[in-house]
Amino acid sequence: MTVPDTRPGAEDAAGAADVAGAEGAPAAGESPPLLAVRGLRVAYGETEVVRGVDLDVCRGETVALVGASGSGKSTTAHALVGLLPGGGRRTAGRIAFDGEDLAAAPERRLRERRGRDIGLVPQDPMVALNPVQRVGRQVAEALLVHRLATRRAARERAVELLGHAGLPDPETTAVQYPHELSGGMRQRVLIAVALAAGPRLLIADEPTSALDVTVQRQILDHLERLARESGTALLLITHDLGVAADRAARTLVMSRGEVVEHGPTAEVLGNPRHADTRRLLAAAPSLAWPGPGGRAPAGPAPAGPAADPGRADPGRADPGRAEGARAEAGRGGELLLAEGLVKDFPLPRATGRRALRAVDGVGFHVARGETFALVGESGSGKSTTARLAVGLARPTAGRVCFAGQDLAGLRPGELRRLRRRMQIVYQNPYSSLDPRHTVAELIGEPLRAFRTHGRRERTRRAAELLDQVALPSAALRRRPRELSGGQRQRVALARALALEPDLVVCDEPVSALDVSVQAQILTLLATLQRELGLAYLFISHDLAVVRQIAHRVGVMQQGRLVETGPAERLFTAPAHPYTRQLLAAIPGGRARAEGRP
Amino acid sequence: MSGRRVTGRAARGRLRRAAGRGLGFVAWRLLQALLVLWAAFTLAFGVLYLLPSDPVTIMASGGGEATSVTEEQLADLRAEYGLDQSAWRQYATRLLDAAHGDFGASVQTGEPVRRVIAEALPPTVQLTATALVLAVVGGAGLALAATYTRLRRLRQLLLSLPAAGVSAPTFWVGLLLIQVVSFRWGLLPAIGQDGWRSLVLPSLTLSLPSGAVLAQVFARSLRTALAEPWAETARAKGASRLRVHFAHAARNAALPPLTVAGLLLGNLLSGSVVVETVFSRAGLGRTTAQAVGAQDIPLVLGVVAFGAAVYVLANLLVDLCYPLLDPRVRAGRAVTA
Repeated sequence: MTVPDTRPGAEDAAGAADVAGAEGAPAAGESPPLLAVRGLRVAYGETEVVRGVDLDVCRGETVALVGASGSGKSTTAHALVGLLPGGGRRTAGRIAFDGEDLAAAPERRLRERRGRDIGLVPQDPMVALNPVQRVGRQVAEALLVHRLATRRAARERAVELLGHAGLPDPETTAVQYPHELSGGMRQRVLIAVALAAGPRLLIADEPTSALDVTVQRQILDHLERLARESGTALLLITHDLGVAADRAARTLVMSRGEVVEHGPTAEVLGNPRHADTRRLLAAAPSLAWPGPGGRAPAGPAPAGPAADPGRADPGRADPGRAEGARAEAGRGGELLLAEGLVKDFPLPRATGRRALRAVDGVGFHVARGETFALVGESGSGKSTTARLAVGLARPTAGRVCFAGQDLAGLRPGELRRLRRRMQIVYQNPYSSLDPRHTVAELIGEPLRAFRTHGRRERTRRAAELLDQVALPSAALRRRPRELSGGQRQRVALARALALEPDLVVCDEPVSALDVSVQAQILTLLATLQRELGLAYLFISHDLAVVRQIAHRVGVMQQGRLVETGPAERLFTAPAHPYTRQLLAAIPGGRARAEGRP
Repeated sequence: MSGRRVTGRAARGRLRRAAGRGLGFVAWRLLQALLVLWAAFTLAFGVLYLLPSDPVTIMASGGGEATSVTEEQLADLRAEYGLDQSAWRQYATRLLDAAHGDFGASVQTGEPVRRVIAEALPPTVQLTATALVLAVVGGAGLALAATYTRLRRLRQLLLSLPAAGVSAPTFWVGLLLIQVVSFRWGLLPAIGQDGWRSLVLPSLTLSLPSGAVLAQVFARSLRTALAEPWAETARAKGASRLRVHFAHAARNAALPPLTVAGLLLGNLLSGSVVVETVFSRAGLGRTTAQAVGAQDIPLVLGVVAFGAAVYVLANLLVDLCYPLLDPRVRAGRAVTA
């Protein structure tokens, strides 16, 4: 991959925004940097995880701190504001913020700085909001603790902030509880929290990995505008070099607790010297993908339909799965059929409206052995649609047929039998596996639940399934916390396959994973589909991922399916304006426009 | 498959779901509570009346001073208490009467069981209520202090206290308190019941095991809550330790101790048997002890039914509190119904 060493900003208007940030780079500025970290070391017990990090962030500048998981980037971010988790401690280093050494400051002083001067956007939005407090109150708290507003003013300001963070209906959101919001919406709330007090430095720890591409852009554009207007600096912690490429004037690459490479983003990406940088570059799906109208994907996992000629006929029954074809002939291999699905959710009385229509007249089908992807922003109703499709939620209107049987007409027992044939893999492999069970128990659980195998048989089958997902049988005795994110998702996949389903619903199966691991899991999914004749209903916000796996794609917007079609056609010739907007918003777009891979 | 059958099934499904929702959580829990009460009564009845021993002989020899009772007198007694009838009939009669609040008359005094319980109740309510307040305030206070302090020694000391409190037997603690506070220091009365001063030692003794369990459970759930990512979000806003502790963690951590508190109320009631005996206080506990000693079967059955009712009611209240504390419980009901 050859990359011309172009300066950003020589190109389009979007690139110019980068330059605005770059003006504050250390070489140019005369004033001392806003944040100057020297020789920062952090240890957990005896293990040193951050080993002498130097880091500068100037006023209004955007700096990206990039690295694979476990590289120490997140620990570095937390050490800056003195919020290391239990057992972690700073063993050496200076953290000069605006001339004051935070490493030597008392806790009281640090507390005044937190939120007020340095905002933090945490990593996992699903667990980062207090579950028993209304969202608006949690945003307002950021103002109240620093006495920046009265109670009433803080409440009003909170609604404003939620709107700024890209929430479409901030008045409603403010009176809702976190569990009533999607992951993307929660992350936007957290961004509102971090920005509430108008900090001078914002530390964003993987802020957009859970967000849709269009929202990523909105949020990041918003942050850039903020940086320009108020001189807020942004330290962006990410594993996605695509995000770094678009946003940051300078990039630091971390590996094993050390900064292994740093410099202007264009140089780091264009001329990677360290092996880890090259690995991250190769694994970034957003950078590897050529974009609409471009050539075939050159990424590490060309697992898409084009890679396998046998997939040209998705309805073809696999000989090894002949029994899977069972009695539902006559539908032409149509496994799942959804017609006119509508789902309403009741809203709290305070909002003045009765119900929220999450899914609005959605219809699609999934054929045997085919991957149908639903893409859309968070809150577009794609996850709800998936839940309706497998009978986990009842549609307000419309019907779902699986293998020719209408789910609504089934007795609970029949529905349960049918559910064996449709399994779900969830987004978060950390929370979908019970930490107290061993892998063997986790995989054997569905077998036990449906009483298909005896105890000894279960262990044998579990080992077989592990083999299918390419994990060593030694993993059987491990517990989830001893496994990496990718390994856990493989276990979740093995569990889903235990009952030999015909359909696997993948709800954002790779979005919680590192990019390099993402590619491996996607390849595995494609292999399993080929070998077992599985159909996938694939839910994702990440178009780059969908491109690698889907045969057909449906685009959802505000509960409606606005466009459906074969993946190739949709990506090369999108018909609906919203689809075009989604495609244009994929991170790394600017990098591509500049002629990088 | 005919269309009518499909719609019939769908309709039945809808009805079931509507029953789950429309009948409501409260009504459903009330029904469960009644079931538990019925089960407790049935079990107590079974144990007391259907055991191989003859209740009338026990009554005749234990209840009165008469040493020799004729067969005729025994038969009369059996007829009087309805014991000559079949077990089922007795059970049905008892249950029906109990449903109206009639538990018959005490064998010792001949007074209606209901009145005996009603008269013994006020001092016990006073005792257990005070003990409950002490247990909740002390237990929660200890848990909050133990998780809040940054001094490791102090935290370890505070966290080791509940284990000691749980394992100390109530009667021993009571005697120890009497020995030290009343006899050696002469601060508070050892026995009797006049004024609040005589209430201090017994309620303290009674609250100790319950408070210790509460402290253990609450401290543990507080530590879990404080390690949650949302607690870090609050810290990152600049919230003080105090604020994170009380405004965020405490409410999240309150559910497990609340559940335990419901169960502990039963413990307090049974603990009053020991405490009232040790401190020579009149009350339901002492009445129970005497009734068991004298094998006053109708009274024991009444006390058991009353205890079960209190227990069930307490847990019902706890269940109704959940949704107030955690909005996800409200949502969970709507979704799973």
